[in-house]
Amino acid sequence: MSGIQESVVIRTVVRIMVPFIEIFALYVIMHGASGPGGGFQGGVIFGAGIILFTMIYGIKEGKQRMSNKLSRILSSTGLSIYAGTGLLCMVFGGMFLQYNVVPLLSLDPANVSKILIDVVEIGIGITVLVIMISLFFDISPSEEDELQLSEEEEQ
Amino acid sequence: MIWILDFTMLLFLVVCAIAAISIKDLLSAVIILSAYSLVMAIVWVEMQSVDVGFTEAAVGAGITTVLFIATLARTEGRSED
Repeated sequence: MSGIQESVVIRTVVRIMVPFIEIFALYVIMHGASGPGGGFQGGVIFGAGIILFTMIYGIKEGKQRMSNKLSRILSSTGLSIYAGTGLLCMVFGGMFLQYNVVPLLSLDPANVSKILIDVVEIGIGITVLVIMISLFFDISPSEEDELQLSEEEEQ
Repeated sequence: MIWILDFTMLLFLVVCAIAAISIKDLLSAVIILSAYSLVMAIVWVEMQSVDVGFTEAAVGAGITTVLFIATLARTEGRSED
């Protein structure tokens, strides 16, 4: 544990900041169709919020919230949402991701497009956020490595 | 397009790029690269491509820096050459 992780100021600020970062990430994902942003950027921001939490509160706390099993399930779920929406359009006789052919609740085709674009963005967002977090977990040194390093330094 | 702003930022980008490859301390190089990304994001927004600028700020200045620093934590953090 370094000095940064024990600082009360940083721990409190991170605890307050992380929910706002996540809310902003959800906003970016949901407004991807009408403005700048989208699934990828929102997913990266959401992942950055959790990575910030993990950096300060330790990798163990982070892994409790995002275990390997959960990240495997979530990343494949996001991919399935994306591919499934694309294939659903092919089932109804359109091309891959051609939204306006889907007869969803007998809505206007333009509105169906808007809804399905949001669904696809959510799928992309889930996959990107989980992959970013698992990249960080794989690269960052684990708690045992840190202990070993400090023991080696003492010797 | 404000050409003097563009010119200043592009000049800053070149200075950052040269500093990032010539500095010995790798942690400093990573921080300089992150400053490079942030200015690059402003340049993208200035050139009317907000989406690319958004991605540059989130990925280039955010995640890449974190991943580089996490890598440096497992290595020596100094360049040999």
